[in-house]
Amino acid sequence: MSPSPVSWRTERVPVAGITLNVASAGSGRPVLVLHHDIGRPEPSPFDDALARACRVLAPSHPGYDASSRPEWMRSVRDVAVVYQWLLAERDLARDLTLVGLGFGGWIAAEMATMAPRAFNRLVLVGAMGLKPERGEIADQALVSYIDYVRRGFADQRAFDRLFGAEPPTSRLEQWDLNREMTFRIAWKPYMYNPTLPHLLGGVAIPALIVWGRDDRIVPLECAERYQKTLPHARLEIVDGAGHFVDMEQPDELASLVTRFVAEA
Amino acid sequence: MHLMYFTEQPMSAYPEQEGRDFGATALMFSNRHFDPVAGSRLYNEYLEHYRIAEEVGFDGIMLNEHHNAPFCMQAKCNIFASILAATTKRVKLVLLGNPLPLADNPVRLAEELAMIDMVSRGRLVSGFVRGGGQEQLAAGVNPAYNRERFEEAHALIVKAWTQVGPFRWEGTHYQHRVVNPWAVPVQTPHPRVWIPGVLSKETIIWAAKQRYPYIALSTEIEATQKIWELYDKVAQESGYAGGPEYRGYLQRCHVAETEEKAMANAKQFMWMQGEFTGLAHPVWSSPSGYFSPSYRTAFVEYAVGRRSNPRGAAFDDQIRNQQIIAGTPKTVIPKLRRLLEETRPSIVGFWASDGFVSSEDTKTCIRLLGQEVLPALRDMGKELGLWSPFEANAPTSINFPEPARLKDPAR
Repeated sequence: MSPSPVSWRTERVPVAGITLNVASAGSGRPVLVLHHDIGRPEPSPFDDALARACRVLAPSHPGYDASSRPEWMRSVRDVAVVYQWLLAERDLARDLTLVGLGFGGWIAAEMATMAPRAFNRLVLVGAMGLKPERGEIADQALVSYIDYVRRGFADQRAFDRLFGAEPPTSRLEQWDLNREMTFRIAWKPYMYNPTLPHLLGGVAIPALIVWGRDDRIVPLECAERYQKTLPHARLEIVDGAGHFVDMEQPDELASLVTRFVAEA
Repeated sequence: MHLMYFTEQPMSAYPEQEGRDFGATALMFSNRHFDPVAGSRLYNEYLEHYRIAEEVGFDGIMLNEHHNAPFCMQAKCNIFASILAATTKRVKLVLLGNPLPLADNPVRLAEELAMIDMVSRGRLVSGFVRGGGQEQLAAGVNPAYNRERFEEAHALIVKAWTQVGPFRWEGTHYQHRVVNPWAVPVQTPHPRVWIPGVLSKETIIWAAKQRYPYIALSTEIEATQKIWELYDKVAQESGYAGGPEYRGYLQRCHVAETEEKAMANAKQFMWMQGEFTGLAHPVWSSPSGYFSPSYRTAFVEYAVGRRSNPRGAAFDDQIRNQQIIAGTPKTVIPKLRRLLEETRPSIVGFWASDGFVSSEDTKTCIRLLGQEVLPALRDMGKELGLWSPFEANAPTSINFPEPARLKDPAR
């Protein structure tokens, strides 16, 4: 039996001169889901699964998908500040759990360092943001859109199911647009902030680090580094998943997050 | 007319099969295949070719630069320009050009170019380019700010050349506490700037707005005509009339003693597997943000192989449409006349050979061009009224209406 459909509402929210596209659904404890560098897939089985248990807020990052591009924006920290602004206006931070997926995990980590006690909990899934000591973060600048996204899947059939074996040109254009915005704010150093590890120690809230066992975009050592650097963190490794855990194992990830939120 | 000699400086001494096996001859094609002994020989051969080009009557030597690829060994055009500034006497040194966005310190470029201008006694023509997509990756420069960096670096360099220092520069991409180079060009108001290009409309429009000559790089005649339509329209809107003194063209043209030999050598223009900037992954040549959003659909399709390379025409087609001209002086001259009649450039660069063409054949080609082709073109230029920017005393730019000339001695 397939689960009941979730009805999403989208708003256009002005913040810092940007028109943010914010999707929301569900009720209960508030969760902010921050999407990957490739954008937010629609539909998103993970967002749906989470919205059955929580109140989910899923914005599109500035300059990604349907959110307008701020020409002035230069760093991932700028994105983090924009989200702090969005949450402050809605007085949401106190009970809120931050869930950052990949690139969105980097944004979430930056947000947590800015306001060490402001949030309820922090979930980082295959998060960028830290420089690996042994390996490298896979660089999308050197590969095609399709090859990059495929690299983030442990099982290529999952990619085919979500995007089609040959994704349509409109999807590629969206990936190109999002890639361009990623370059605008994370070109160099690529996908990490050298000062972030020095600041994570102040994050006072509990953190859950989730990693796909077959993540070929952000090496597993980064999971261990996040776990070591954040004072209250535990690590869960998900089998049968690459970088895009939310796309390959949506129900398992949603259940991990839901249980973690309920522990509070 | 202003007639220039050009070579890409091919690094042909690499194992060709390795490139085919790897599937690319650019950016990531390993430099373990680069042989510096052959490199040393080739650089010195190219220097000899430039010397002969001056001797046989070319007006200019056109230089360029590229990175991480065998199709062009010249990693810094200012280095060859410096050498030629001291070893040639008469030719203009036409840099087409320095890739501005790659520079983290444009003031340094302004200094280097001023040094070249002084050493050459005012023979510098300082072209500027955006650099190819792969160049951004090779230099680690953000492709998404390519055009912004190009325009800002250009403004800073022209200011460093034309305004006394010290001054401060607080830009978007460049910040300098003190701009005060103790090296300024000997040409006033500043060396001429020419802008080469092949694809982007934005660059044509920008060049026309600056009143800088635009040099079309080996485009088809019809495409070249469209370039001039656009250029002339923007020129009109900017308050001046376009014309031959603003038009340049780079022609692949190989000349030999016989038709057969010329044609065989001309096939070497295809040596980089049909694509003169080398076989590359499309996302390397068009990283996201490098091209204007109006090309997004075309480039994403190209990037995943759903659209063919816009520059990858077959040899026979390029011979037919004159993107490549090959033959004896007698047979190439009428073809060049067609180019001059149909597109009316006053600046013509001769890209004379490529790939594995031997140094001897290249020298023969340069001599035949100098002895037989250039004089015929000069006559045609007079007949057709194709006066170069130097002959026409064209303005240096929209902001500096006086033609560039040597500064008078202070005392």
